[in-house]
Amino acid sequence: MESYFKSLDSIDGELATINLGPTHPATHGIFQNVLKMDSERIISAEPTIGYIHRAFEKLAERRPFYQITPITDRLNYCSSPINNIGWHLTVEKLAGIEVPKRVDYMRVIIMELARIADHLICNSVIGVDTGALTGFTYMFQERERIYEMYEEVCGARLTTNIGRIGGFERDFSPVFMAKLKAFLKEFPPRFEEFNTLLERNRIFMDRTIGAGPITAERALNYGFTGPNLRAAGVDYDVRVMSPYSSYEDFDFVIPVGLNGDTYDRFMVRQEEIRQSLAIIQSALDNLPQGLYHADVPSYFLPDKEDVYTQMEALIYHFKIVMGEVPIPVGEVYHCVEGGNGELGFYLISDGGRQPYRLHFRRPCFIYYQAYPEMIKGSLLSDAILTMSSMNVIAGELDA
Amino acid sequence: MTKRLRLVILKDNFRIMSDIKFAQAPTGVEGQGFFATSLDQVIGLARANSIWPLPFATSCCGIEFMATMGSNYDLARFGMERLSFSPRQADLLMVMGTVAKKMGPVLKLVYEQMAEPRWVLSVGACACSGGIFDTYSVLQGIDKVIPVDVYVPGCPPRPEQIIDGIMKIQELVKHESLRRRHSPQYQELMASYNIQ
Amino acid sequence: MNHSTLLHLLSQRFPEHIHILTLADGKHMPTIEIPREQIKPVLNFLKSDPKISMSFLTDLCGVHFPDQAGKELSVVYHLHSFIHNLRLRIKVFCPIDEPAVPSVTDIYAAANWMERETYDFFGILFEGHPDLRRILNVDEMDYFPLRKEYPLEDMTREDKDDRYFGREGHEGVTFDKRVDRQ
Repeated sequence: MESYFKSLDSIDGELATINLGPTHPATHGIFQNVLKMDSERIISAEPTIGYIHRAFEKLAERRPFYQITPITDRLNYCSSPINNIGWHLTVEKLAGIEVPKRVDYMRVIIMELARIADHLICNSVIGVDTGALTGFTYMFQERERIYEMYEEVCGARLTTNIGRIGGFERDFSPVFMAKLKAFLKEFPPRFEEFNTLLERNRIFMDRTIGAGPITAERALNYGFTGPNLRAAGVDYDVRVMSPYSSYEDFDFVIPVGLNGDTYDRFMVRQEEIRQSLAIIQSALDNLPQGLYHADVPSYFLPDKEDVYTQMEALIYHFKIVMGEVPIPVGEVYHCVEGGNGELGFYLISDGGRQPYRLHFRRPCFIYYQAYPEMIKGSLLSDAILTMSSMNVIAGELDA
Repeated sequence: MTKRLRLVILKDNFRIMSDIKFAQAPTGVEGQGFFATSLDQVIGLARANSIWPLPFATSCCGIEFMATMGSNYDLARFGMERLSFSPRQADLLMVMGTVAKKMGPVLKLVYEQMAEPRWVLSVGACACSGGIFDTYSVLQGIDKVIPVDVYVPGCPPRPEQIIDGIMKIQELVKHESLRRRHSPQYQELMASYNIQ
Repeated sequence: MNHSTLLHLLSQRFPEHIHILTLADGKHMPTIEIPREQIKPVLNFLKSDPKISMSFLTDLCGVHFPDQAGKELSVVYHLHSFIHNLRLRIKVFCPIDEPAVPSVTDIYAAANWMERETYDFFGILFEGHPDLRRILNVDEMDYFPLRKEYPLEDMTREDKDDRYFGREGHEGVTFDKRVDRQ
């Protein structure tokens, strides 16, 4: 590579400027890269983002706490339950609410399902970018099954607005349990089928090994988290380092890669899907009995039957919806392991019904800065693969 | 006479054997080996069932679109198997997701690059009117920059709703007059958006 | 190495600059306030000292406190040490008429875009930043939107009547006057 760059001085020529524009089939989400290329190799890249900036942080200063859950949905919309539950955990940390064990396990099941959904999209889209469309079609069928499970719990498919501060809006229904058990039985063989399409596929390996590598030191300096960091060799997982929602009860392996290239990122996500399935199975087997929410009437919206029949429930419902509940003053930072890494919520509360300041620590935004460095000197097609393997979700990038 | 009877018997047999319904043929004159109708209707029929869409997917609605393209809700059976990412080769611009003010000029440029006849489907609350994001940085509806034919509300709309929107587009395409794009009202509409 | 030892080491190394705001308790990380000139020496110390080794900048964001005279704008750094599992929050304040803070991009490459975002939202100028320009908003924007004095909505929009949202109406806008396009 060095000899290639040294010989550049002797060649007379111009660099071509290519605009990998905001609308492009390969960029999953809208962000722009202006590439300077010397024939086939990329010399430099300048990313521009903000094409879907929706001002979440300003919006959150205007909304009471329950109305912020729908906006957290739209951060990493491929795995929105993780964002919702992360936000509820932040408020619970601020207010000092302890939830029962059953709620913790229920949350673990839902979050791991969301993680599987997110990784399925990312991996099938890596396949699509190398030309393999079959895996995409098959895995989207499996995602439909996950959508059906979300619908049983909260009624929505994609942007779920799941859960409440202190638990869930309703317990897991028998239909949900049946669907979950069927999923755990029928999904793994189909997933392995998808795996055999790509894992040892000669063409896929040739295209992805060595595409867009990053060393562990640079990755740490750039603030990488999640599968991208684990592919580079650092085994940092928020679920293990700072456990939340009873993750310390579960026994799972953190897959780690060697070079931090596209193939490693793909393999790390594949293995994480298998680990998530094991966690869900374990949570389902050991699901404790109990209530599906904490006993915090000031934060937990009461059941509608109670609101229509009991006075206290009506009063609490009114107070919560109108924002008359006293919120503690303070600031808190809570992070969860999202599909892309450490998703953090920095909340400053001044006691009013809406936050004084809410800042989202968005993993995509932070690790996308490294993209120009990762594709320097590579071919354009490798740059496309690197971008899709980094799982850049535009909603999380711009917020 | 005998031919007509045979045709009727064949159709009856079909009815017994399968649930396939024949598409409604346009009004016209039928004869041996020919079918005469007006050009509008034939072209409308052909266009409606072979639309090449351009998925302009910006955010969450884009994922619901990917689910609509998937095998469960299958958009390909409407003739939309071939997605075109180049506006020059596309008929239908499907804008799915929030369009920020930074993205507005890009959207307009993509629309201008499409050749007539072109239709626009606005999927999702954000594309229709700004959605839940009534903020300084979000365009409050794409009809501020380009003319829209069908709006599909929802946040995100279910794949069935997106398909409903597509079917309404198909109705529009099927019954559109060939002279519409040259009419003064249409020219006025384009002028009001500053589109040549 | 735990949080109290960490604060002790910091106070020893920078005797008059560290001002402890909150201590660590089981769930929350300690918060300290330091003057803005000391941010780079402190971060360098935290990163390079092998007993601490905070090699990860988790987050960098800004906050606007219009009521604190002389300390209106604040930059908040969240640091994390993987080896010892320690977290620390550092706050730096600056006045609104002179919003300048040294940039830490040469210590943590992750700070590059985070500082650009903070500049974009609050107008805090980071001295020494390689490329300080707007990142999320349009380049032509001439104000800093997340400051408390600016509203959330775009006040020039005509299709939404603010009176229905409980805010003062935008004069001259009612649903009857909306232009209907065919």
